[in-house]
Amino acid sequence: MKPLRFSNRILILISALLIIPSYFTPLWQISLWAPQYPEGLNMKIWIDHLSGSVDQINGVNHYIGMRHIGDEMFPEFGYLIYVIGAMIAIGIIAFMIGKRWSLYGFFSLITLFGLAVLADMFRWGYEYGHNLDQTAAIKVEGMSYQPPLIGYKELLNFLAYSGPDTGSWILLIGTALLIIAIIRDRREKKVLH
Amino acid sequence: MPLSSDIKPFNQSKTMKKNVWLLAAGLTAVALAPGCKPKGAQSAISGDAASKVYVAPGTHDEFYNIVSGGFNGQMSVVGLPSGRVLKILPVFSVNPENGYGFSEESKPMLNTSNGFVPWDDLHHIAISTTNAEHDARWAFGNANNTPRIARVDLNTFKTVEIIEIPNSAGNHSSPFITQNTEYVVAGTRFSVPVGDNTDVPIDSYKQNFKGHISFLSVNPESGEMDISFQIEAPPFNFDLARAGKNKSHGWFFFSTYNTEMAHTLLEVNASQKDKDYIMAINWKKAEEYVKAGKGTKKKVRYAHNMWNEETHTATSVIKEEVLVLDPTILKDIVYFIPCPKSPHGTDTDPTGEYIVGSGKLAAIIPVFSFTKMLAAIEKKDFEGELGGMPVLKYESVLHGEVTKPGLGPLHTEFDGKGFAYTSMFVSSEVVKWNIETLEVVDRVPTYYSVGHLSIPGGPTGKPHGKYMIAYNKITKDRYLPTGPELTQSAQLYDISGDKMQLLLDFPTIGEPHYAEAFPASLIKDRQTKFYPIEKNNHPYVLKGVKDSRVERKGNEVHVYMTSIRSNFRPDNIEGVFVGDEVYFHVTNLEQDWDVPHGFAVKGANTGELLIMPGETSTLKWVPEKEGVYPFYCTDFCSALHQEMQGYMRVSKRGSNVPLKFSTGETD
Repeated sequence: MKPLRFSNRILILISALLIIPSYFTPLWQISLWAPQYPEGLNMKIWIDHLSGSVDQINGVNHYIGMRHIGDEMFPEFGYLIYVIGAMIAIGIIAFMIGKRWSLYGFFSLITLFGLAVLADMFRWGYEYGHNLDQTAAIKVEGMSYQPPLIGYKELLNFLAYSGPDTGSWILLIGTALLIIAIIRDRREKKVLH
Repeated sequence: MPLSSDIKPFNQSKTMKKNVWLLAAGLTAVALAPGCKPKGAQSAISGDAASKVYVAPGTHDEFYNIVSGGFNGQMSVVGLPSGRVLKILPVFSVNPENGYGFSEESKPMLNTSNGFVPWDDLHHIAISTTNAEHDARWAFGNANNTPRIARVDLNTFKTVEIIEIPNSAGNHSSPFITQNTEYVVAGTRFSVPVGDNTDVPIDSYKQNFKGHISFLSVNPESGEMDISFQIEAPPFNFDLARAGKNKSHGWFFFSTYNTEMAHTLLEVNASQKDKDYIMAINWKKAEEYVKAGKGTKKKVRYAHNMWNEETHTATSVIKEEVLVLDPTILKDIVYFIPCPKSPHGTDTDPTGEYIVGSGKLAAIIPVFSFTKMLAAIEKKDFEGELGGMPVLKYESVLHGEVTKPGLGPLHTEFDGKGFAYTSMFVSSEVVKWNIETLEVVDRVPTYYSVGHLSIPGGPTGKPHGKYMIAYNKITKDRYLPTGPELTQSAQLYDISGDKMQLLLDFPTIGEPHYAEAFPASLIKDRQTKFYPIEKNNHPYVLKGVKDSRVERKGNEVHVYMTSIRSNFRPDNIEGVFVGDEVYFHVTNLEQDWDVPHGFAVKGANTGELLIMPGETSTLKWVPEKEGVYPFYCTDFCSALHQEMQGYMRVSKRGSNVPLKFSTGETD
């Protein structure tokens, strides 16, 4: 296996270090707007907790029988800090190894992690939107309230938005750096041939 | 249609003939009685008036106007330039609509040395200032009848403190403030006998009656008031006051009338002298005397009531001592400036150099110079003395007189551009004049009989000379009639140009006297939206629904209740007996803006509760007969507001119904 150029190794290191802000910044956000909420209700998902208008969202949603959102609803909050920690460690190891396979390996890992998070979000959203209290005050035949995975969706009087927040954007920048490293490395390979 | 158009020319010509005669008659009337008929409002309105007061849907007014409610004992919050009423906030009068004076927590706010007083007459507003500019942290208001001063927090628009003024009666000359809100003052309108000797013949007025001027310090951080000292003054009537500012900072000016010292038929007996006085007080000097221990402690009784935003409860403390300074001994704190004739308003211009006395029975407006006053004091240029207190020479202190201003001058406000605006009660107009040259430059009619004027920042060192509001005393035909009692009218004028321009005529709440206005930007972004439930230290607070319960202590029943969209917990209560004292302690668990919940019980002889998010309030009720009593949420809170209800069963005393409470249990 060929060793990577030092500049590409540095890109791996930066990418690994860019995972660190995940501990201090919100990773995902869900926003809701309604005629009565022109300023919007905004919930932020962090590595181990929720913040923002969670109580207001719960207050509004209990009429249609949606479950009470709270930290206890997300077992992920218990282990996500370790998973992220492991990813940073693996990134640094990949930098130290400095071989092409380590770059590809780290890139695959981070991509798989992203996909897994999205799949997990979808699963949560599906349950949250479909698993409704049968004694709810307002029941609309055939209506479910699954929030959008990414983007906008109308749910009764609310317009819902779901999308990445600061932490995820930084992660995406890190991932982009890995892609750059891969592209640069492949170009080099062609030149050498 | 053809028929009517045929007839038209005939009618028109007839009308025209009639009009010629009317015109002739009108011209004759005008020729015979020039100026008799006041100019109509229509002629004063120009085309763009509407657009200048139009605040488009979804946009905000430029200024807050805090308006005294007069005999309703409240303050109104009005937006300018729209004239829209945004809130009525209770200060000295009970307000069943939100439980003020009815809830157990708020009752102590209205406690006095005479016990609970449910009403008063609020005349004047003072908005807190720093360096003679509005900082709009607090609004002060006076109770005229049972002398008190209240402080309203302008982040919550709530009365948070009321302090009673001893040795005072008719607290009219109040609550004016110094330029850094060091002091808020209370001058007595009625002089009264004080101390141990209060049961005296009324005709012993001159011997036994005293006028007291109170200086209340204001804590610069918390705003808490404290009666720092009182100055014992002659038994005059003290009418209004204004602090010196900028160059005259350190002085206070009080207008006086009834210096005749009459005690009956004041209408005649207090209007005899050509000149009364403006009483100038060197409060910095008075402060020094207080520090030097020159005051005398006198026994009094007054209530000091404070609202606590964390326990959501008021406490009332009776205090028993006040420090009094005697200016007949402490020579250099009080000076009298002769002022024609029964002066009402006394106002200082933004620089602090000029003091305007509005003698309501005078034909001129005297303007005094602070520099000349200091010089006259320096030279001992006195025309005499009053019980040992110097009376300055009128001419020595006078800057000049505004001649032929109009009839019945009452109050003066300033635009910061060198002009003063004086309200004329009798001639029903506002007169604009140049402070330096004393020339009248413009006048506009008011509808009718204007009392106070309000210019945003008008009493401060930095007026915003854009609008002026005239608060009138007589309304007559200005709006759709509503029987014998009419709203009080107000007019808004554009004063940004050379000529005052009438823009808007709007109804008001209560009977406004003074009002102050300030830029909305000072406070609109720092408004409290709800009370954090974690900071709620009310002894009966519930931080969540699970602890809701009912406890009995002897014949007291305490209901620990929560309200959150859209239920009360508990909502079924049994085991309460006739004659029990039932306390509903309701905590609103919402943590969102604009989600109050109300609470009312059928037949309860009290007001409702209106509980803000994160707040706890208590309704006390002693049921007098057995039955099942419904209670419900009175503030339309949510889609299921109409479901937000419950029942309390009241049984005969002596029956064996067990205490029981629940929520959501079905059979």
